[in-house]
Amino acid sequence: MSKDPRVVKEELIQIYPKKLRQKRSEQIVVTEHREDGSVPEIKANVRSSPGIITQRGCTYAGCKGVVIGPSRDILSIVHGPIGCSFYAWLTRRNQTRPATESDQNFITYCLTTDMQEENIVFGGEKKLKAAVKEAFELFHPKAIAIFSTCPVGLIGDDVHAVAREMKAELGINVFGFSCEGYRGVSQSAGHHIANNGVFKHIIGNNETQHEDKFKVNLLGEYNIGGDGFVLEDLLARCGIKQIATFSGNSTYDTMANAHTADLNIVMCHRSINYVAEMMEKRFGIPWMKVNFIGANSSAKSLRRIAEYFEDEALKARVEEVIAEEMAVVEATRTVVESRCKGKTAMLFVGGSRAHHYQDLFSDMGMRTIAAGYEFGHRDDYEGRNVLPGLKVDADSKNIEEIEVVPDPERYRARRTPEQIAKLEAMTEMEFRGYIGMMPEMDKDVLVIDDLSHHETERLLEIYKPDIFCAGIKEKFGVEKMGIPCKQLHSYDYGGPYAGFRGAINFYKDIDRMVNIKIWSHVTPPWEQQVKEQAEVAAD
Amino acid sequence: MGRRSIAIYGKGGIGKSTTTQNTVAALAEMGKKIMVVGCDPKADSTRLLLGGLAQKTVLDTLRDEGDEVDLSEILRPGFGNVACTESGGPEPGVGCAGRGIITSINLLEQLGAYEAELDYVFYDVLGDVVCGGFAMPIREGKAQEIYIVCSGEMMAMYAANNISKGVLKFAQAGGVRLGGIICNSRKVDNEKEMIAEFARRLGTQMIHFVPRDNDVQRAEINRKTVIDWKPECAQADEYRALARAIDHNKKFVIPTPLPMDELEKLLIDFGLVDGVEPGTVVPSTEVVA
Repeated sequence: MSKDPRVVKEELIQIYPKKLRQKRSEQIVVTEHREDGSVPEIKANVRSSPGIITQRGCTYAGCKGVVIGPSRDILSIVHGPIGCSFYAWLTRRNQTRPATESDQNFITYCLTTDMQEENIVFGGEKKLKAAVKEAFELFHPKAIAIFSTCPVGLIGDDVHAVAREMKAELGINVFGFSCEGYRGVSQSAGHHIANNGVFKHIIGNNETQHEDKFKVNLLGEYNIGGDGFVLEDLLARCGIKQIATFSGNSTYDTMANAHTADLNIVMCHRSINYVAEMMEKRFGIPWMKVNFIGANSSAKSLRRIAEYFEDEALKARVEEVIAEEMAVVEATRTVVESRCKGKTAMLFVGGSRAHHYQDLFSDMGMRTIAAGYEFGHRDDYEGRNVLPGLKVDADSKNIEEIEVVPDPERYRARRTPEQIAKLEAMTEMEFRGYIGMMPEMDKDVLVIDDLSHHETERLLEIYKPDIFCAGIKEKFGVEKMGIPCKQLHSYDYGGPYAGFRGAINFYKDIDRMVNIKIWSHVTPPWEQQVKEQAEVAAD
Repeated sequence: MGRRSIAIYGKGGIGKSTTTQNTVAALAEMGKKIMVVGCDPKADSTRLLLGGLAQKTVLDTLRDEGDEVDLSEILRPGFGNVACTESGGPEPGVGCAGRGIITSINLLEQLGAYEAELDYVFYDVLGDVVCGGFAMPIREGKAQEIYIVCSGEMMAMYAANNISKGVLKFAQAGGVRLGGIICNSRKVDNEKEMIAEFARRLGTQMIHFVPRDNDVQRAEINRKTVIDWKPECAQADEYRALARAIDHNKKFVIPTPLPMDELEKLLIDFGLVDGVEPGTVVPSTEVVA
């Protein structure tokens, strides 16, 4: 079978009925290096078709599980039947570390209204109120977040009215999310809904002022496997004050204080860009995209932050830290590279990870030969410059767009448009920008949005990559085919992989996974059976 | 013929519950064994048979955690020993009344309400078929016969036509059939002729024309059907005639709902729309019945 990506693309979709084949053909593109720097258009953030086994999750998962859940002292109550809450219990993926033992940490709890048939028929608002009160009496949190599951939207329970009433009665911040699972085409809709809620109900509630010179918020970092800890340490050693993280290892008070920072740095563009945009409009805080996945990318990101603050001492400090870290990284990297160089990876995960992790593989001399997002939009593939021409369909319109105006008292443009323009001209920095995945990829490789199970199997059979990166739903199917699968949602409970120290962990883990011989010794059960039958027949 | 299961639909306020209960009372008078299942969250579909509102509804039992559910609490004998039960449901504006109907009928089955020897089960269903829940009685073969209560008023006819569309949908999938249109008169001009013609176009019949009579109101004030309150009055005989017609009915059809313009033309032809000459075509209006 030809490995020409254009031929493979046809092979992947030829089994589909005509209409689906047309749709998938627009969601699968082959990268090109065009002279004008443009990239091919990809169809993304459209509904998965019935019959497809998709990697995607639901809107509720995006809101509760991704954006709000990792924060440790906002008490999350899931309004719905028990399963939605149980399966969104975040005890292993997102880490958190309270400052003292007596500090609040609700991340290990799982609270739900456990709706029953009675609550569906007669309405669940009373039960929700009772749950909020009970949770308040038990835990005395600073804030309670209520998440709506599918049936809540169907029966029309007004979680926002309940939240307002409880907020007035209990004197703490209580807010609700209409993040019913079916609200959008993927978890991406849930990110947007969560962003809106964070912006409306949290940011700007804490006026604590910090004297530090270089104040940033880290957006779109969820402390999976302890990534956030590594970055907190890294920024602190550079002398950069991290006001808030959205939302790994975060607290309500730090997020409420985020508007006092002078720069927003964005890791996961897809899940949090809305907050960055809204904060700039209301408070005048510029934002820029960074990537702390990969040693070289981490160095580049640190340098950009230092350039933004235009402070020579900071720049020097950053260079010192980079030099220190790089020395350690290089020791491992060179050894690993000698064993991994030329090996191949596929990345089908997230709305940023499939892009970011290519840098780590490239540190090791490995090539990414196919990639795609589960829930990315066109701007995540092609860059934010496509935004003005983006088609807004009914599925996107179904999610609220908040009208944001400058805050009359608190708006303070941290940089004038002239300063921004000067910085952009002098450095590689780009504000409010994201280049997207495709421009940074090799040419003639496949980029596939919302990869299906069928396409996964064919890709593995045709290309036999040395490693496949996805999530738990894909992991075992892939490994049964004799190819190691690295989970990049949970890191297989390993990590951290961010920053320089994280990169070292990743190099080691991947080295082990791609060079271990076990995969070549595995005979899957069905082949075993074939082998035995052949033997019997031979006898 | 074994047990007949009948659902009564019609526009809200058309007199479904009154018509159902009076008809049921007349059937009971004829010695029939009957159960009435009220499918309206207001739980007032059996008031005239019970001489007051049911004390406890089927869905109320859902609220009593751990208590043993006793069928006799929710299934009460009314006039003529008619077994009366109410689904019940949420207050207006909360929860899901449609889901309530589904839950309620399943509960009734689980509790054995259908095991008794019965000639008739009547379902009295709220308003229009607003969602899947309210279609429950005609899904899964719960009810095999549908009667639509209608008057010569335009909106009532729109609603009847829409309900026919629902019946058509379920008839194609299962065994439910339309048994006829019950005209509950509002003293509209040419009402009897128009509804007879409307029924004919729907492929069915006007099974009975129930004239307007204040005795119905008087009986209702006394929480009774006219059969019960004043058995000798003329209106009682009307319901007896309707009951007999239903009891002898052999005409069960898959309805043929009318296109909007045909329905409007029917109204004009029978001189209902003021100022419009019969036969002129009016621009079709978007009416949500």
